[in-house]
Amino acid sequence: MSALSREQIRSFVQPGRVHRRLYTDPEIFELELDRIFGSAWIYVGHESQIKNPGDFIATRIGRKPLLLARDMDGAIRLVHNQCAHRGAMVVASDGGHTDEYRCCYHGWTYHLDGRIKAAPLLHGYPADFDAKAPDAGMRRVPRVASYRGFVFGSLAADGPGLTEFLGHMTTSLDDMVDRAPDGELEVAGGTFKHCYRGNWKLYLENLCDAAHPLFTHESSIVAAQRQADDAHSDGTGEIAIRQMRQNGAPYSFWEANVGIWTYPNGHSFLGDYHDDAKLVAGMNDPVFREYVAAVEAKNGKERTKQILEVRRWNSNVYPNLSFMSQFQQLRVVHPIAVNETVVHTFGFRLRGAPQRMFENMIAFANIVNGTGSLVLTDDLEIYNRIGIGLGSAGPEWLSIGRGYDSDRADEHGGRRGRNSTSEIYIRNMFDAWLGLMTHEPGGTRHAVAAE
Amino acid sequence: MTMLDARRSEGRAALDIGTCEAFLIHEARLLDEARFDEWLALFTADAWYWVPSQPGQESPRDTVSLIYDDRRLLETRVRRLASPRIYSQEPRSRTSRIVANVTIEDAAADGQACTTRSKFQLLEYRRNAQTAYAGTSFHRLVRADDGIRIAWKRVDLVNCDAALEGLLVPF
Repeated sequence: MSALSREQIRSFVQPGRVHRRLYTDPEIFELELDRIFGSAWIYVGHESQIKNPGDFIATRIGRKPLLLARDMDGAIRLVHNQCAHRGAMVVASDGGHTDEYRCCYHGWTYHLDGRIKAAPLLHGYPADFDAKAPDAGMRRVPRVASYRGFVFGSLAADGPGLTEFLGHMTTSLDDMVDRAPDGELEVAGGTFKHCYRGNWKLYLENLCDAAHPLFTHESSIVAAQRQADDAHSDGTGEIAIRQMRQNGAPYSFWEANVGIWTYPNGHSFLGDYHDDAKLVAGMNDPVFREYVAAVEAKNGKERTKQILEVRRWNSNVYPNLSFMSQFQQLRVVHPIAVNETVVHTFGFRLRGAPQRMFENMIAFANIVNGTGSLVLTDDLEIYNRIGIGLGSAGPEWLSIGRGYDSDRADEHGGRRGRNSTSEIYIRNMFDAWLGLMTHEPGGTRHAVAAE
Repeated sequence: MTMLDARRSEGRAALDIGTCEAFLIHEARLLDEARFDEWLALFTADAWYWVPSQPGQESPRDTVSLIYDDRRLLETRVRRLASPRIYSQEPRSRTSRIVANVTIEDAAADGQACTTRSKFQLLEYRRNAQTAYAGTSFHRLVRADDGIRIAWKRVDLVNCDAALEGLLVPF
């Protein structure tokens, strides 16, 4: 039991500010794993990673290692990667194809849904040990559900269903999928992993922060602005440099052209930022024209226009998922310790799109998410510096008040800020945080409205 | 070898192992001493520089990379390293690298180009922390009028698929 009362937890989140302990206190971190990662729907993988019966991948919720598999009957299974006997991690690989999980210690084997298949020397166990009992095997994650191929798990046996939890954010996932000419996505192009010495919450708090690029990323913005365009490029540098220059858009641009939308349960997206004409290389780019033609061939002109009109930058699903449709990428934040975080980044192939679209996704991912990126490295420095700064006994409160007075209700049950420089999306995440962290077991879960 | 190639290579020493090794040591020194402009000048006008994200990665086009720079991006990378506003290099990293086990894997018939394979150990110090990197480098070296140039360079880190912190100083 935690020594922190719900009353105390409530006192850490105040209008326009939060207490630094939320980023530094190991006790609060453990509570977050229990009450946030232990109850919310957490993204665990994509169905394209487990296409065929017997396919599995290693994944996790919070610090719990899990196995996500396609069972022999086609069902999606999610079990703890831990032997029911002595607790050893059963599968040590990142994924593969199998018809059973087998522990290397005493040879216990399991079906992909976690039930015990066989165990040597069963006669040696007490008479009341029943290997067929439903709770005898590798523990199953109570709930697993998929929305258009995106698979989520919840460690809580009850609570809102996945689509209820996602709410209006389903439209951001739709945007990811609808852009594929064949209506299907496929995880492809490898995984990036990066780590920083700061709290897990900092990552999503940065992803819709439109007020930081001009300052934090100045070194890459200026270097890109001064880059001669006639230097040799195979396309990689062209996309990267365009993106870095875009980061240098003045504050007036962010204030006039870009919006921020937030929704219950902590979700948000930044919209109307880039449009496709600027992004993929312009409407006159032959690759983009070929892509649009492929979407039109499947969907018709009118529907294609609707699909490509959705202009969202980062969409964030609380507590730890962020994705971006226009360059088909998705990031999952893994809390390791109160001041240690790992982020995994995945890319998608749009089924039916030209190969060059996929190559553009790769080039863009390298510059935005690579550990050697000219952009990400400055974000990592910020997370580390916040980690160092908050570790001191300096000021107790962090401001999340920018745009506070301009928050207003919006359609689909959401709220929006005056423009993209508002910190409403951070306030919205802390509303969700409070709701989950102060939830009384057995009570009704609800998002806490802004003061 | 064409007559033209033969004439061009006339009077130029072949890229032997000693010459290559001295060049690689010189490159390592430029990086350790943060002489990044001089390092960039070692590359050809259409060079690429690649640090794969996966062991045995075959292409930078179908899989993400820790770094994949064509010449244009490499120029931008080096220009950024000189910026006073590069916060991830405040304070600056100090590095110490050892290059060894140099072999020539693939040499042109006229001796004017070759691919070297070498090992490196790199210690980076920044803000009270030391980070060790190690791996294998491949350089495509070509003779130019005024010295040797790098046509491409590939660096395979032993831990390329680990969760890494930011990589600032080139390998």
